[in-house]
Amino acid sequence: MSNLLSVENLTMKFGGLTAIDDLSFDAKNNQITSIIGPNGAGKTTVFNCLTGFYKPTNGQMFLHKENSKISLRKYTDFKIAYVAKVARTFQNIRLFPAMSVLENLLVAQHNELMVASGYSLFGLLNLKSYRDKEQLAVDKAKYWLDIIGLTHRADDNAGDLPYGDQRKLEIVRAMCIEPRLLCLDEPAAGLNPKESAELNKLLKFIKTEKQTGILLIEHDMSVVMGISDHVVVLNYGKKIFEGTADQTKNSKEVIEAYLGVDE
Amino acid sequence: MEKKDIIQSFKDSLFTGLIALALFGPIVGLRTASKGEGLFITPQWGVVFLLVGLCILGRFLINLNSVRKTEITSFSKFTSKFSAITEDKAKHFAITAILFAVVFPFLPFTDRYFMDVAIMILTYIMLGWGLNIVVGLAGLLDLGYVAFYAVGAYSYALIATTFGWSFWICLPLAGLFAAFFGILLGFPVLRLRGDYLAIVTLGFGEIIRIILINWYEVTNGPDGITGIPRPSFFGLPFKRSPDEGETSFHLFFNLEYSTMHRIIFLYYLILVLALITNYFTLKIRKLPVGRAWEALREDEIACKSLGVNPTNTKLTAFAIGAMFGGFAGSFFATRQAFISPESFTFIESAIIVAIVVLGGMGSQTGVVLASIFLIGITEMFRDLEQYRMIAFGGAMVLIMVFKPKGILANRKPTILMHGDKK
Repeated sequence: MSNLLSVENLTMKFGGLTAIDDLSFDAKNNQITSIIGPNGAGKTTVFNCLTGFYKPTNGQMFLHKENSKISLRKYTDFKIAYVAKVARTFQNIRLFPAMSVLENLLVAQHNELMVASGYSLFGLLNLKSYRDKEQLAVDKAKYWLDIIGLTHRADDNAGDLPYGDQRKLEIVRAMCIEPRLLCLDEPAAGLNPKESAELNKLLKFIKTEKQTGILLIEHDMSVVMGISDHVVVLNYGKKIFEGTADQTKNSKEVIEAYLGVDE
Repeated sequence: MEKKDIIQSFKDSLFTGLIALALFGPIVGLRTASKGEGLFITPQWGVVFLLVGLCILGRFLINLNSVRKTEITSFSKFTSKFSAITEDKAKHFAITAILFAVVFPFLPFTDRYFMDVAIMILTYIMLGWGLNIVVGLAGLLDLGYVAFYAVGAYSYALIATTFGWSFWICLPLAGLFAAFFGILLGFPVLRLRGDYLAIVTLGFGEIIRIILINWYEVTNGPDGITGIPRPSFFGLPFKRSPDEGETSFHLFFNLEYSTMHRIIFLYYLILVLALITNYFTLKIRKLPVGRAWEALREDEIACKSLGVNPTNTKLTAFAIGAMFGGFAGSFFATRQAFISPESFTFIESAIIVAIVVLGGMGSQTGVVLASIFLIGITEMFRDLEQYRMIAFGGAMVLIMVFKPKGILANRKPTILMHGDKK
């Protein structure tokens, strides 16, 4: 399996605090790579560097295409999603609460629709070419809503959905930009066991059916151990372990980082 | 209801009365009048007690209403009817309102005064609709909207008086100028949000006004610009005696000359301009750019994570909102035939923002209702002279108490998957 993302010597400093210290790891296509670690280990900071919200102090991040690689450092802000096709979700859900579920998914397809609407001109003239494109976008939204079983609530406000559904909606909204890399920040936080199981199913579906690699930050070990192909463990900004889920479970360093060392 | 509650609400309303007394006492109670050699204070305690009494009564009724589950007073019946206005019913209301607006100039009771008030209300409706794009849809609180109104008015006035071009050429130009200024304001405030954005836009509004006052060579300073050409009816001017080789409106249609012709024409002009604004906004709301505006209002960070360019999105909102402000401004200039910086003070911005917010952010029909309510009430109490702003304040308080989210607060999705089933 080919490499999708390689992070090389990533360092992020906030003043005197080193949040990420010389971190290197790889993530592969069609695999779920989990980043775990105790609170404050720097997991979300890694995401913020990858998705252009922070500019790393040092180091490189490359996204591999068939024969070329692009440096994520070059893209900031909205271009990470638009050009590099890296999508993310947030630790605290960030939907558009007062907009309908369907509208949420259409905003994710903003850039294609903007071109189709001739930067609003064709749209104002109500041309057929635009209406067809819009219908395609709605169909795509329906495809994803069918998968997470929310089609019947498509016209309700996103903010009115139950918490678990909001989590799933945020993930499929990110999928609507057709990302090559999907970064999920604690998608299982606050979910009950049944909802967690559904989430696992959704992530496995994305992994196998779509050409998308998944990078996952998670505290819920049932999720991490159940679906991860590869686990990277951080502590105080440093990588302390890397391996499969089973290897991680039995690693002495990981257990020490989580439970402390016997004195 | 328990006795305790009544006593509690009575106490509360007495406290309200105390605040009202502290405010009205000096403001209304002590009136200065110049008699002979100096200023003398004429106390008018009667008016103060009347106002304080009204405040106590009003507060008491509101308290009772919130304590009691059952509604007995006609007062609360009125408010429940008021809150029953929803966006669904608003559609019927909109059609009726447009029909009424079209026949309004020919109704038997319509006189010159009514026409003037109607034109004023329509101007505010148009400004409200323009600002609704910026504040209601994109969620960018703009307290300096009057600046674009001023830019539109001055562009029209200067182009028309300098080059003598007709209204129909100057109107789009004025809109373009205003849109340009919208982008000019947009750039420095891209990173700002909420209160900070409000302060900078407020400053921008003042800067424009101060430039208009001080740039004497171009804007003629505080003296303003006079003799702004009136619009013509497809080339036919509204004049009693047209110039050589010209036909005026009343001669062409073989009518008795009347100043009302022009007023009625101006009325239809602003009605059409306002309806264009409305149509455009309703259309663009359903396009990707409109949805991006609303998404930006909801969560800017999420927008970025989905690849929506926040810079372009904000700038288009500012530019389009400003453009409609500019159109309204040129209408204002051609209607008044005289403009000066005094017409573009902060209070105008505040009134337009009040109309948008009280109408219900993003609701087109809400803007209409709020304009009629706020401007209409203020006009109704014109006889009160300087106290009529109290009526304006009172109208605002009424809306805030009964409809804290605005007259029409429910938003309809821009696109439906399952069709309109409700």
